[in-house]
Amino acid sequence: MSGAKKGAELRLVTPGEAIGASSGVRAGTGTLIMGDNIIATKVGWVNQNNGVTSVDPIHSAYMPRSGDLVIGIVESVRNNLWFADVNGPFNGLLPMSLAPWKVEFGAARQHMDIGDIMLARVQEVDEAHNIVLTMKGVGLRRLKEGIMSEISMNHISRLRGEGDSTLRELKEVSDCRIIVGENGRVWVDGDSDGIAFMRTVLDLVRNDGHKATFNASLEAIIDERRNA
Amino acid sequence: MGGYGDVKLLREDGLRLDGRKVDEMREVKVEAGILPAADGSAWVKHGLNVAVCAVYGPMEAHPRKIQRQDRAVIDVRYNMAPFSTSDRIRPGFNRRSREISKVTAEALESVVLVERYPRSKIRVEIEILAAEAGTRCVGITAAAVALADAGIPMRDLIVGVASGKIEDTVVLDLDKAEDNYGQADLPMGILPTTGEIAFLQMDGDLSVEEYNTCMEYNLKAAREIHELMVDALKRRYIEKNGGEA
Repeated sequence: MSGAKKGAELRLVTPGEAIGASSGVRAGTGTLIMGDNIIATKVGWVNQNNGVTSVDPIHSAYMPRSGDLVIGIVESVRNNLWFADVNGPFNGLLPMSLAPWKVEFGAARQHMDIGDIMLARVQEVDEAHNIVLTMKGVGLRRLKEGIMSEISMNHISRLRGEGDSTLRELKEVSDCRIIVGENGRVWVDGDSDGIAFMRTVLDLVRNDGHKATFNASLEAIIDERRNA
Repeated sequence: MGGYGDVKLLREDGLRLDGRKVDEMREVKVEAGILPAADGSAWVKHGLNVAVCAVYGPMEAHPRKIQRQDRAVIDVRYNMAPFSTSDRIRPGFNRRSREISKVTAEALESVVLVERYPRSKIRVEIEILAAEAGTRCVGITAAAVALADAGIPMRDLIVGVASGKIEDTVVLDLDKAEDNYGQADLPMGILPTTGEIAFLQMDGDLSVEEYNTCMEYNLKAAREIHELMVDALKRRYIEKNGGEA
């Protein structure tokens, strides 16, 4: 759902639908070569670029990649490690050695317990999809205040805008600290008025994020708050 | 033939009791994305059958013993609501729902690209709100739409359809009377773009010719239902985008 696609280029496909002949083109994400055809495997918009045919899915699960900034929820705690739900198919593992604290063996629970929310980075993802998280890094910490909300994966770029311009504008207007995780989770902290404003913005992203009119509606909300 | 010789299922004019022709399907309606809490969902009305399906995941598979190192497992729960039939059904799992859950999961595993998500689980919940014969087929159709809505990669949209035999005549899409008093029932899960069969059960006897006719009817019906499924998936976005797409 990048803003670059316009008019006639847009083509919505469903799983199994033939996009075109497979000769001379490479199958990108969301597609599969079946016989002489490239078929879609997801519901989404066809994207043909540099001889690669892919489908930009309307809805898809988060697939972690190393280096992603994610917001995780602690799902279980062992003596020396935490398991965090990162909104993906597999839980992330945060070992004691990559936590920002000096943790005694068996005392992991005193730093972060089940249900606590953390800002972490994906350290590595191996071929078996084991995810190792790290909290060593600038700004990576346990998130104790504020609100956390989820948006669809493909709306993240909409919320950020080109070169993070929309996100910067929102931070300025709402006077909130905002973190957009690569896994579709958004954390907002500030005064209650600012949080309330961000809640309406996130609702707009969730409901209208895929519409062509999204940017105009967002501008309207921002202007309204500026003038208030 | 058949144990219910006194039940007339075909009228004098060759039509069926509800006025359908032998190769005519009941009316089908499909909606996608009806449940906000699920990752993907669908609602299918097929004749008087109503099925709602919710898909969650892919997620970490628990308990760990069900995990497969090379692929995702599909956990299907088919359930009939207590009020879905004229006799109240005792709530909870029973032998029939366990069987249908199993065969549905196997049918879906052959279309979903399960190898993309090793060690994870995709949860498919099929709830039959109203039943009038052929609920397993409606469940499969609903599950396919819900999986596509959840963004889970698939080779095709699988369609559940059934044909059968009443009074020595092959008919498409049995209703309740035809299912109860007919001679045979042949539900199938069909991949409409390739014509592959991912699921097939047969209840009763059919000759080779009768089977081939059933097959022909089922393929035709599957293509019709497939169009409705595609329309349900696309309609939401074309409409929401204000026609601009």
